[in-house]
Amino acid sequence: MALKTYIEAIRDALIEEMDRAPNMLVLGEDIQEGGVFRATDGMLERFGPQRVLDTPLAESSIVGVSIGMATNGCLPVAELQFADFAYPAFNQLISEAARWRYRSYNGWGCPMVVRIPYGAGIRGAMYHSQSIEAMLAHVPGLKVVMPSTPYDAKGMLKAAIRDPDPVIYLEHKRAYRMLKEELPDGDYTVPIGPARLRREGDDITVISYGLMAHECLQAAEELAAEGIDATVLDLRTLAPLDRDAIVAAARRTGKALIVHEDNLTGGFGGEIAAIIAEHAFDDLDAPVRRLATPDVPAMPFNGALEDFLLPSREKIADAMRDLAAY
Amino acid sequence: MARMTETPPAARPPSQPDRRSLLRTMLLIRRFEEKAAEMYAKGKIHGFLHLYIGQEAVATGAVAAARPDDYIVSHYREHGHALARGLDPGAVMAELFGRSGGVSGGRGGAMHLFDASKSFMGGYAIVAGHMPLACGLGLAEQYKGTQRIALNFIGDGAVNEGEFHESLNLAAVWKLPVLFICENNFYGMGTDVRRVSAVIEVYKRAEAYGIHAEQVDGMDVEAMYEATHRLAERVRRGEGPVFLEAICYRFRGHSMSDPEFYRHKDEVQRWRVLDPIEQLRARMFDAGELDDARFAELQHEADAIAGEAVRFADASPPPEISTLHDFVYKERSDA
Repeated sequence: MALKTYIEAIRDALIEEMDRAPNMLVLGEDIQEGGVFRATDGMLERFGPQRVLDTPLAESSIVGVSIGMATNGCLPVAELQFADFAYPAFNQLISEAARWRYRSYNGWGCPMVVRIPYGAGIRGAMYHSQSIEAMLAHVPGLKVVMPSTPYDAKGMLKAAIRDPDPVIYLEHKRAYRMLKEELPDGDYTVPIGPARLRREGDDITVISYGLMAHECLQAAEELAAEGIDATVLDLRTLAPLDRDAIVAAARRTGKALIVHEDNLTGGFGGEIAAIIAEHAFDDLDAPVRRLATPDVPAMPFNGALEDFLLPSREKIADAMRDLAAY
Repeated sequence: MARMTETPPAARPPSQPDRRSLLRTMLLIRRFEEKAAEMYAKGKIHGFLHLYIGQEAVATGAVAAARPDDYIVSHYREHGHALARGLDPGAVMAELFGRSGGVSGGRGGAMHLFDASKSFMGGYAIVAGHMPLACGLGLAEQYKGTQRIALNFIGDGAVNEGEFHESLNLAAVWKLPVLFICENNFYGMGTDVRRVSAVIEVYKRAEAYGIHAEQVDGMDVEAMYEATHRLAERVRRGEGPVFLEAICYRFRGHSMSDPEFYRHKDEVQRWRVLDPIEQLRARMFDAGELDDARFAELQHEADAIAGEAVRFADASPPPEISTLHDFVYKERSDA
């Protein structure tokens, strides 16, 4: 066992998988220098420039060239620096990667991972703060994962690299050095797909993913002292989605709160709420609640505004109290 | 880096083309597409259909001059490239019909042919969106240390897309084994290239990225063969990408529903004189390699293959509805 931060868990996964699979390569902007968040620190020295590729600043071709490589016997793991920079690559992700196996009638697969740091709370303002999971999870053919712990970060990245289909791996940049955990030494994977119950309680159910799942768990621990006992479901994977776990968690308490950092309208919370409404309606004791960022087009730079916008542990706790009292 | 299993390389084509074979391929493409147009009129083919008639020399010459295992990554007007690569005409026609016997099981249709077994990496209808993919295929070959290259066909409509520029830059800076072939037929759908491009000589744009670029008469199949053969070898030697601009002309509309108000009938007529099939036929007649009887025989052969393709397509059942969710991912999920 060793104490690892979230970003160290990611780096360890990359290095261990590169050791394991000679056809794996990492590519992205500035990654020979370690990358914008230093996820690939030391990899150039260890694996050389043929396997650690600095690309031009051109996201569409970073993803496009990865698709071509993946089709042709390689295992590319691309890094896009910020979720906000992923839009130029959306054509490749949506029009090509997602359809690759389907359109070729299984003639070709696309075993590719695209790592994308997302999320706010670091005063990144409008081009360095976004959450983009709803747009990507909307696209059949892509897998979308958002681990919330260093343990899952490592295990799910390894699973993503070994997956035969394209996986979008969304990592919250505020989690990188904030979250630490004792991790087992050596190889393990965490499967893509299954959600995980982080906490079991009978009063209310909180459903979240990514860094917000961590915040929800912290809020739930606080509320336990007040006598409110919450179930916390960490989805971990948005596509393919663990619908059964959502339904079971909602049924357990009859009161569901969904929390995400992405903005409210058209956010992934709407999908979760619909699943609960369709499959757990008879067990509900309260309307399904959503806590998300308000609908503004850009994260304001001003710290007070950003703090006001983001779901915080306090806001989550308030929403939980409110729902428990319903 | 020979760490991955690799099939033995295919033989390099001869430096001199087999004229009869080129003629046979062009006749097949022509007749196949005429049949496709008939089937469209009969309602057997739905949606969009973009005919390649007039441009046969480009695909025929280029694909014949490439190694059979070189990747073909084409644009949406790709029936000719598919047939030139040797995809089964029946399976191609069945794909146009949307039937289960099609090369993509009826899922792709006319613009999205695909055959992994022939290294035919498909037609793509997001213009220029396939260029980074071709670069990736090439990068993997470079990494594996093979001599296999990718032929990336684009149209003149692709040259103002961002991915055109990203891909040329990437291919140049990494010296990727990609031969870009731009089929410049002067019209992006109904828009004259001169109205939308600041620089109309496409090869000059490639030169701006330090890429060796040439122009070739795309109505002359032997010129296409010669240029492709020579440039493909250059790419194969690891000297980086090459860009070939093939000047050509499509005789039919952009698609089946094109009234062609944007070009004068005289212009079409001037280009029809340069019909690539007629040019090669005349050359072979002059050289005593072909006579009327033999030419009629080749035409009949193409007609028979196209007719058989239609029969195969028509007899092929539609895809089972139960297959709808197959291959969204490798493991089926009915979500």
